[in-house]
Amino acid sequence: MEEQLQALKTEALEKIEAAKDVKELNNVRVAYLGKKGPITDLLKGMGKLPAEERPKMGALVNVVREEVTTNLEERMAVLEEQAINEKLQREIIDITLPGRPVKTGNSHPLTRVVEEIEDLFISMGYEIAEGPEVEKDYYNFEALNLPKGHPARDMQDSFYITEDILLRTHTSPVQARTMEAKGGEPIKIICPGKVYRRDNDDATHSHQFTQIEGLVIGENIRMSDLKGTLSVFAKKLFGEEREIRLRPSFFPFTEPSVEMDISCFKCGGSGCNVCKKTGWIEILGAGMVHPNVLEMAGYDSDRLSGFAFGMGPERIAMLKYGVEDIRHFYTNDIRFLSQFNRTEV
Amino acid sequence: MLVSIKWLKDYVNTQDLPADELGEKITRAGIEVDAVIDRSEGLSNIVVGYVESCEKHPQADKLSICQVNVGDETDQIICGAPNIAAGQKVIVARPGARLPGGMKIKKAKLRGEVSNGMICSLQELGIEGKLVPKAYAEGIYVLPEEAEIGSDVITNFDLDDTVLELGLTPNRADAMSMLGVAYEVGAILEEEVKLPEISYPEAEQTAESMLTLQVDAPEANPLYAAKVVRNIKVKESPMWLQQRLMAAGVRPHNNVVDVTNYILMEYGQPLHAFDYDALGTGNITVRLAKKNEKITTLDDTERTLSPHQLVITNGEVPVALAGVMGGADSEVSDSTTTVVIESAYFASSSIRETSKNHGLRSDASSRYEKGVDPNRVIPAAERAAQLLSELADGEVLAGSVIFDELDKEEKIVTVSPDFINSRLGMKIPFEEMLDILKRLQFNTEAANGQLVISVPTRRQDIQIEEDVVEEIARLYGYDEIPATLPETEAAPGGLTPYQAKRRIVRNYMEGAGLLQATTYSLTSEKSATQFALTETDVTKLLMPMSEERSVLRQSLLPHLVESVSYNTARRMDSVALYEVGSVFLKTDDELLNEEEHLALAMTGLWLDNSWQGEKKPVDFFVAKGIVEGLAEKLGVQLEFERGEMNDLHPGRTAFIMMDGRRVGVMGQLHPSEQKQRDLKTTIVMELNLAALLSVETEALVYTPVPRYPSISRDIALVLSKIVEAGTIETVIRNAGGKLLKDVRVFDLYEGDKLEEGKKSVAFSLTYFDPEKTLTDEEVTAVHEKVLSALTEVGAELRS
Repeated sequence: MEEQLQALKTEALEKIEAAKDVKELNNVRVAYLGKKGPITDLLKGMGKLPAEERPKMGALVNVVREEVTTNLEERMAVLEEQAINEKLQREIIDITLPGRPVKTGNSHPLTRVVEEIEDLFISMGYEIAEGPEVEKDYYNFEALNLPKGHPARDMQDSFYITEDILLRTHTSPVQARTMEAKGGEPIKIICPGKVYRRDNDDATHSHQFTQIEGLVIGENIRMSDLKGTLSVFAKKLFGEEREIRLRPSFFPFTEPSVEMDISCFKCGGSGCNVCKKTGWIEILGAGMVHPNVLEMAGYDSDRLSGFAFGMGPERIAMLKYGVEDIRHFYTNDIRFLSQFNRTEV
Repeated sequence: MLVSIKWLKDYVNTQDLPADELGEKITRAGIEVDAVIDRSEGLSNIVVGYVESCEKHPQADKLSICQVNVGDETDQIICGAPNIAAGQKVIVARPGARLPGGMKIKKAKLRGEVSNGMICSLQELGIEGKLVPKAYAEGIYVLPEEAEIGSDVITNFDLDDTVLELGLTPNRADAMSMLGVAYEVGAILEEEVKLPEISYPEAEQTAESMLTLQVDAPEANPLYAAKVVRNIKVKESPMWLQQRLMAAGVRPHNNVVDVTNYILMEYGQPLHAFDYDALGTGNITVRLAKKNEKITTLDDTERTLSPHQLVITNGEVPVALAGVMGGADSEVSDSTTTVVIESAYFASSSIRETSKNHGLRSDASSRYEKGVDPNRVIPAAERAAQLLSELADGEVLAGSVIFDELDKEEKIVTVSPDFINSRLGMKIPFEEMLDILKRLQFNTEAANGQLVISVPTRRQDIQIEEDVVEEIARLYGYDEIPATLPETEAAPGGLTPYQAKRRIVRNYMEGAGLLQATTYSLTSEKSATQFALTETDVTKLLMPMSEERSVLRQSLLPHLVESVSYNTARRMDSVALYEVGSVFLKTDDELLNEEEHLALAMTGLWLDNSWQGEKKPVDFFVAKGIVEGLAEKLGVQLEFERGEMNDLHPGRTAFIMMDGRRVGVMGQLHPSEQKQRDLKTTIVMELNLAALLSVETEALVYTPVPRYPSISRDIALVLSKIVEAGTIETVIRNAGGKLLKDVRVFDLYEGDKLEEGKKSVAFSLTYFDPEKTLTDEEVTAVHEKVLSALTEVGAELRS
C-alpha cells in the first residue's frame, strides 16, 4: 500500500507538472484530491488495515496529500499568472487612437478681455455698472459736457433713432446715470458694453464695438491716483515689466485729459512693427472728471473730484493676440473663435 | 495743421533741434505730431537750368530737344512737357540725381537723341499734384527770372525743410496758425515769440472815402475790418511764398489770393479779397440772407440761401457767404486793380450752421467754427496791406473801414497753487508755476497766494481752474506725476447677483460645448422680428448706412443662424454657437425695453467619434438637454409646450415656459428656411435670459443622503402616436404620489410590431421612502394605482 501510495504521488506530481492551464490543473486536483479521488479512496480503505498500521499509514497519506497539494498550489499560481499574462496580452489596445471627444466651447475673445479687466478692477474694489445701449441724448452727450451744437456730436457720427434718442456712442452714459443715481456719494465702477458709431466697417473700423470705462469719485482723488491705477492695470494685463506714460490730450468730459501709452510688450521699448518703431503703444484715454460733469450730476465739485478712463477691448485683443482685422470679432468663424480656448497663465 | 519748420523759425527759435526731437517734445506737451515729413527726402543733384534752345524731336511729336545751361556746361536734355520753351528757367535733375520714390537719373537716349538729365515738374519733386499751381499742373515748373543758373534748387527754394503734421484736438484751435504753434513751441523751449513787424507806406486818400460799411447782424458779426488797396498788379507770388503755401498744404494761385491764404496760415485769421470794381457799389453790407436769395460761390455752384445765413453784400446782392466762401462775381482776377481786404470776426455758431447747410467746409470756415482770436482780426488786415504793398505793388489807402462791437478783453482765471497740487497729487513749487505761466505768456499776478491769470484771447480753451491745472501739468511734465492709489474706503468690489449668474450661464454653455458668438444689434427690417419671442413695432435709425443695418433686432437668432451658415459655407459642417445679448423692444416710453437674451444655434454632428462607431447628429433633444441642464443649474423650473413659430418646423417647435409665462422658444429650422440658408438640420433656441436670471433662487440646504434603498419598476405602454410622453409622465407622477421619486423614459418604439398609429414608450419608475425601507407590498400598492390611472387614460401595458 505504501508503494501504491508512492506511485500515486509520483503520478500526481507528474500530472501537476504536465498541466498546461488552470482548467487542466483543476482536473488534476479533482482527480487526485477530490472526494472520489484515489487518495481519498486510500484513506477510506484504511479501515481494512490492522489497527497498529493505521496511524503510520494515516500520517503517510497526509504527507503525500500535503505534498501533492503544495505542488498543485504552486503550479496553480504559476498557471494563473500565465493566464493573466495571456489575458493582458490579448487586451493590449492602441493607446495612440484618439480619445472620445469631450466637446468644450469657450468665451468670445472680447469677453475674455473684458472679464480679465473686470476681475482686475473688482479685486481693487470696483463694481460693474451697466446701462442701456439705446440712450437719451442727455446722458450720451449733454451730461458729459457735450452740449447741443458741440462739433463732437455730429449726426454724421452717431446712429440717431429720434432727435433725442440714439445708440450710445460710448459707455460714458452709464457713468452719468450712475452718478445721478448715487446722489453725490463716492463711486468706483467699471462700465463695459457695446457701443455704436456711424463708421463703415473695414479692417480697423466697426460700426459696433465694445468699450470698457472706469470712474472713481471721492474726496481728494488726484491725477496721481489715476496714474497709479492705470499703472497697476497695465502691469496686470500686459506684464509686470510694462511701463506707462501719459500724454496730454483732450476729451470734453475730463480736464486735464490724458492718453496713456504702455511700453511695447513685444519689443520692450526698442521699437518694432507692433509699436510702429516708437517703443510705445497707445492703449487708452483718461482724465480728471470735468467739474461741469460733476455738477450736472449733482456732485459738489469743490468737495469731490474724480478720474475716468476708457478703452477699447477690440484694440486690446488685437494687440494682445495679434489679430489684424477687427471684423474677425463679429464674423464668428469657428476657426477664429475656437482659438481662444486655452488658459494663458 | 502742417507746420514748416523753416517758416516757424521766423517767429521762434527752435534751437536747431532735429525735427523728430522737436516733434517729440511737442507731442509730449500735448499736441500730437502725427508725422514728420522731410520735404527734400530722396532729392539730390537738382539745379536751376536755363533753356537756351528748344526744338521738336525729329522722331517724336511730343518730345522736345533742349539745350540747357546748367551752370558749368550746356547739356542736351529731352523733355516731354507741353509747356517747355526756350528762355525758361527750369528745374533740372542732372545725371546721378535722385528723385522721390528712389528714381535715379541717368544719361539716356530717347528715340536716338541723347538726354543728359531730366527737366522736372513739381510733382516729380514729390509735391502733391493738387498743390501745384494750376499753370504748371500739367507740365514742368517754370522758375522766376531771378533764379541763378546752376544753383541748387533744394536749398535755394526752401525744399530743405521739414514739415510737422499736427493732429489737433478740438480744444487747440489756437494751434491752427503758425503764430499759435510758435507760442506753443516757445513755451516748451522757453523761447520768446517774435511777431511779424508790420509797416507799409499809406496813400493820403482814406479807405473810408472809397468804401462804406454797414453791419446789420452785429451778433453774428461783431467785428468787420476792411482795407482798400489800389493799383495792384495781379501776378504769380514769389517762390518763397509759393513754397511756404505748398508746405502748408495750400495751392498757390496769384499774389492777392496767396497773401490772404498766407495770413490765414500765419495768424489763423481768415481773410477775403474782393475785386473792388466788381463790387460796383463802394459799399459792403453784412446782413442775414433773404429767403431764396441766390449766390454763385467761387466753386461755380449756385446756392440758394435761407434767412439765418450770414452774407456779405454790396448793399444790393450777396457777394460772399460770410466766413465760408466768396462769390464768383467779385473774385480777384488777373485784371483786378483795386481790392477790398476783409478781416472779420464771425460767430462760430453762425458759420457752423451755414457751412453745414451747404455742405461746404473751407480752411476759413473750420477756423471760424472753432473760434478765432478777437485780437488778431485787425493785425491780420494790416499784415495783408503790408504784403500786398510789398508783393503786388499795391497802394494802401489810409486807415481801415471798421465796425467793431467785439469784446476783446482777456479772461481772468484765479486759481490757488494748493488746488493745482491737490488735483495733481504733486508738490510743484509756486515759483515753478509762475515760471510756466510766464513761458505760456499768460500775464499772471500773485495775489494773496493765488495765481491771478489773464488768459490771452488766442487761448479760448482756458476757461476754468482745471484748464490751468492741465497747462501747469503738461509743461511741468506728466512724467513727474507720481503713481498713487485712491485713498478711498476699502469697500469690497464685486459682481451683482445678476452679473454673477450671467457668467455662470456662459460657463455652462461653454462647458456644454458651445462657442460664444457676438453678432450685430443692427439688422435689416426683414430680419428684425424673425424668431422674436415678443414682437413689437420695429425701431429704425434716422440715417442708416445701409438697409442691412437699419433696424434694431428683436431676436438674436437671425444673425446667429447667419453665422452658422457662414461657417458651413466654408466647409465647417458641425457648428454650435451661443450668444448673450440684448434685443430691443418698443415700449410706450421714450427708451426701449432692452431685454437680455440667450440664444443657441447648432448644426452638423454633436458627437463625432467615428472610429468607435459613435456619431450623433444634432437634433432637437440635444438642445433641449442643454436647456434642461441650464434650468437645473439656475434652480428654475422650465416646461416645454408644443408651439408654432414662423420659419420653424411646425412639428419640432416648443415654447419654453416658466411659471406659465413664455420665456423662450426652441426648435428645428423649417426645411424651407434651412434650404434658403443652405443649411442641413439646424436647431435653434432663444431664451429671455433676464427673466431667468431675475428669479431669486432659494438658499441651498442639503437633503440627507438616502439611507434606505429605492425600488424600480419598469413599464412599457402602448399609446396612440399622438399622445405625448409628457402627458403620460404627468399621469404617472400624479398617481404615484409621494413615494414615486422619479420617472424616466428609457425606450421608444414605433414599428411593425405594433398596430398602425401606435407607439410604445417604456418608463422606469423609482419608488423611495426617506423614512424606511419600502416593502414589496407597499410598492405594489402604489404601482397598481399608477397602472390603473394609465388604463383610465387609454394607455395599455405592452405584454
